[in-house]
Amino acid sequence: MNTLLNNSDLFITGFRNTLILFFFSAIFALILGTIVATLRVSPVPAMRAAATLYVNVVRNTPLTLVLFFFALGYPKLGLVPIDFTTAAIIGLSLYTATYVAEAVRSGINTVPVGQAEAARAIGLPFAQTLTLVILPQAFRAVIPPMFSVFIALLKNTTVAAGFSVFEAGAIRANLSERGEPALTGLLWIALVFVILVFILSALQRKLEQKWKVAR
Amino acid sequence: MTTQVPGDALVSLNAVNKHYGQLHVLKDINLNVRKGEVVVVIGPSGSGKSTLCRAINRLETIDDGVIKIDGKELPAEGKELAKLRADVGMVFQSFNLFAHKTILENVTLGPIKVKGVSKAEADKDAMALLERVGVGQQAPKLPAQLSGGQQQRVAIARALAMKPKVMLFDEPTSALDPEMINEVLDVMVQLAKEGMTMIVVTHEMGFARKAADRVVFMADGQIVEDATPEEFFTNPKSDRAKDFLSKLLTH
Repeated sequence: MNTLLNNSDLFITGFRNTLILFFFSAIFALILGTIVATLRVSPVPAMRAAATLYVNVVRNTPLTLVLFFFALGYPKLGLVPIDFTTAAIIGLSLYTATYVAEAVRSGINTVPVGQAEAARAIGLPFAQTLTLVILPQAFRAVIPPMFSVFIALLKNTTVAAGFSVFEAGAIRANLSERGEPALTGLLWIALVFVILVFILSALQRKLEQKWKVAR
Repeated sequence: MTTQVPGDALVSLNAVNKHYGQLHVLKDINLNVRKGEVVVVIGPSGSGKSTLCRAINRLETIDDGVIKIDGKELPAEGKELAKLRADVGMVFQSFNLFAHKTILENVTLGPIKVKGVSKAEADKDAMALLERVGVGQQAPKLPAQLSGGQQQRVAIARALAMKPKVMLFDEPTSALDPEMINEVLDVMVQLAKEGMTMIVVTHEMGFARKAADRVVFMADGQIVEDATPEEFFTNPKSDRAKDFLSKLLTH
């Protein structure tokens, strides 16, 4: 307990940054992933090909490499300079979006084709058929895998510690510098993560109940 | 048979062909449906009657030929097509009510999003339509909470809410229990009496006799006969139709 209380400044800053990385990455990944998923089911072959290429390239690359690229490779390109936290958010978003896209795509596949036909039959164009009829039902069907993706994202934020972003994964190194026992520190960090994931799981249960689709 | 001037037709199909790979599902189809006419399409399974029905609002594309609604050729995929579909009501065999929306929302979605009607007005119209098909009490429920017959009546109300020029029915009673068939057919007969232009693919001969102006008999992708119900049921001309009708009577 002393390890936690004496170093609460480290824990608070660390986990605050973890949550910042998580929330921004989760929101961007959700938006980008949904767009990519809809591109993968679009009637335009070029859009389907581009989205498939993106998912396969980024998903097949280790997260560490993706983050390396944005933290170390990107600045060398001479574009708009970004700080490490922004770089980490971009990397995590792009990486997680591929998993979100696959979850959403499998959800789209669970929606009976008759739903889209009925929507088209009353005169809804493609975009509205997706946003008003298909996606709402697709999201309801994929709440459990979607939350697995976000739980993985929450834990993946610790990879950013390797790139000078001070978040939960970096707490341990700083504790060692202050001479605290390494094992105790790690256990406390793990406990906080377990609690955070519990909160996500509770949210998942609530959404599942609220959005139960009766068929 | 009634003679028709093509310019007079609300729905016209001219030399329409479609293949599914090797299978020639629609063979040189010519059909004209005038305003207010009720045309019942019957025929054995696989004769292409559902494909014909779905081609009219381009849920199925065709290989060649021309389909016109109210004198306007079916546009290719896009905004124009969506606009035209709003004028063509469609009722499916499997109802296809939007599973995540209430009965009322199912009926108001089209008018609000496609026609830009205010929510208050759409709700009012929808309630009137739901009352008319006898499911006003069910408005706040979800589709899954309703019986098949009730769901299909809601589907009819949903199509009517768009104030369509023509209504397409693709085997509307084939997925229903016998006792629910009548409640749906009653709504359809009423609609026919009120002068709605209807194209109905069905196996319900009773409905064809009662409400149809014309019966179109299809087999193997072709229109084999096109006659009044009286003519068709008492004096079919083709052997194919005679064979089909004799099988109906033996059971």
